[in-house]
Amino acid sequence: MTSMKKQVLSVFILLACVAGFSLSAWAGDKLKVGFVYISPIGDAGWTYQHDLGRRELEKNLGDKIETKFIEGVPEGPEAERVIRDLAKSGHDLIFTTSFGYMNPTLKVAKMFPKKHFEHSTGYKTSKNVGTYMCRFYEGRYLTGIVAGKMSKSNVLGYVAAFPIPEVIRGINAFTLGARSVNPDVKVKVIWVNSWFDPGKEREASEALITQGADVITHHTDSTAPVLTAEEKGVYAIAYHSDMSKYGPKAHLTAATHVYGDFYTKTTQAVLDNTWKSEAVWSGIKEGSIKLAPMNPVVPADVVALVDKTTKAIADGSFHPFQGPVKDQSGKVVVEAGKSLSDKDLLGMNYYVEGVLGNVPK
Amino acid sequence: MDFDIFLQILIAAVAAGTPFVYAALGELITEKSGVLNLGVEGMMLVGAISGFIAMAKTGSLLVAVFVGMSAGALLSGIFAVLTLTLMANQVASGLALTIFGVGLSAFLGLEYTSIALPGVPEINLPLLAKIPVIGKLFFSFDILIYCSGLLFMAVSWFLYKSKAGLVLRGIGEAPKSAHALGYNVIKIRYMAVLFGGAMAGLGGVYLSVAYTPMWVEGMVAGRGWVSLALVVFATWRPARVMFGAYFFGAITIAQFHIQGFGFDIPAQLLSMMPYIATIIVLVLISRNQNTIRLNSPASLGITYHPDNQ
Repeated sequence: MTSMKKQVLSVFILLACVAGFSLSAWAGDKLKVGFVYISPIGDAGWTYQHDLGRRELEKNLGDKIETKFIEGVPEGPEAERVIRDLAKSGHDLIFTTSFGYMNPTLKVAKMFPKKHFEHSTGYKTSKNVGTYMCRFYEGRYLTGIVAGKMSKSNVLGYVAAFPIPEVIRGINAFTLGARSVNPDVKVKVIWVNSWFDPGKEREASEALITQGADVITHHTDSTAPVLTAEEKGVYAIAYHSDMSKYGPKAHLTAATHVYGDFYTKTTQAVLDNTWKSEAVWSGIKEGSIKLAPMNPVVPADVVALVDKTTKAIADGSFHPFQGPVKDQSGKVVVEAGKSLSDKDLLGMNYYVEGVLGNVPK
Repeated sequence: MDFDIFLQILIAAVAAGTPFVYAALGELITEKSGVLNLGVEGMMLVGAISGFIAMAKTGSLLVAVFVGMSAGALLSGIFAVLTLTLMANQVASGLALTIFGVGLSAFLGLEYTSIALPGVPEINLPLLAKIPVIGKLFFSFDILIYCSGLLFMAVSWFLYKSKAGLVLRGIGEAPKSAHALGYNVIKIRYMAVLFGGAMAGLGGVYLSVAYTPMWVEGMVAGRGWVSLALVVFATWRPARVMFGAYFFGAITIAQFHIQGFGFDIPAQLLSMMPYIATIIVLVLISRNQNTIRLNSPASLGITYHPDNQ
């Protein structure tokens, strides 16, 4: 490179730096809130629910804040770069919405001790990193009631992603809910070893339907199970989002998560300088878990029962894992009159009675 | 396991195997001409999203198939220019094509993520579909599956019964001799590569428009690589490619059923089964060294230039 070219280049680099710096200084009025998403937003699923929360936050506090989201960020080194860039470009509050962002979030948080971070579904907090998660199992229990009542074959199908406590907890809660109204019901589980693979989710759903399941639910991210159920003429219960438009006949209801309140409250706390690092686990009581509107085919008495149970969970008089709960061998794991502690819930690694097959080791 | 479930597995296996049929038969033709295109995964992805967009916009399967095939062919055209005209290394260019295809499809599909299509209806052939068992197993699929069967027949006939097929195979064996006989090696290889691309694109269209039917980033999920492997393990023979594709599909479906029946086999192990079983079976039926030598194109992957004698 000639020295002339070098000079021109260095001037350009200098200009770019100045421009970048002044841009970030100029937007300093409003609180900037950043979101990191694992997948594209789409119009249903895990990330979609987080984005609904972000939109609600903008609606509630739009005059005091501005939000930015980065979608489709893979877990790994790329995540750290994205989070760091957000912190560097003046975002004072950053929500990282996937489990695998845990260590990158903590690492970046250490570099920017004045910024606030909130990590979803993780278990590590620090001075400026809080965590938040929904009590997904509460919604699972309620949808289990619907499935148990609507099944004629007494076989329910469950398409599951990975055998980790969060997913196993959901299978168990769903089973307990179903068996609370129909003790003969069994739950078949097929693991697809992927969070998001419509091909496999479809194949697994078809296998479950062939083997006699007449209500399908899933702990994966795509709409494939609902689509398959609609096509094969059985019922489906969706997860994450209301997926009724993908299967108007099949879709009974969905266990959905709602983040708007949490995002608004947390952001307000940062605005007020009252933010503290916490591990939040919120459920029906806080409005973080809601069921999607029921399909009209669900009888009124079932809807009433679900409403009653919802209220009981909300006021604390009922817990989905309330004893007696038996495991597959018939051993009582939760005694009558007791319910599982949060710690036991978080480490759950066994199936309850009524689930077929074994937990993959 | 009762017979009905067994039948269901076989029917599902044909659908699961169809993307491989398209992509692998296309790649077979490409490789028979002596060109190794490792970009199948990328071409399938681009075909899948292009076909999906076309289907979402027009609602016409014909348009979707055309657009998907053109997109696959276009992408393979880039590869052809690089390797056949500019003499770039085929392995490196093919790998680059896959990486490019993964990114391009993700970009094109940004606004189409998790939108669902109505799918492609099954066609029950009149009378034939009513035959018990056989009717369900052979005569009640969607149109794209029937087309994949036709493709198999066409490819087999072309390779072993037509003069053009003989020329193509000759070019894959000894491009210099073919050149000396007056055949335009580069032009024919171009056509073979474009055909391979179009078929990979069609395999992608089948996945996104008929099989799932939805678009998700990276949804081909390694099927392109499996197709490449099928071609090699089937020792470049169309019938074995077909068998391998359906066998892979059958094991894929069967492992879900095994889980559903509650057999105590770890799910992770079952997920590996299709790959392991298909490779073992194909290696066993193709283990004869002479058949391998006879069927593998001698000039596969070697850059050819008519002036470098």
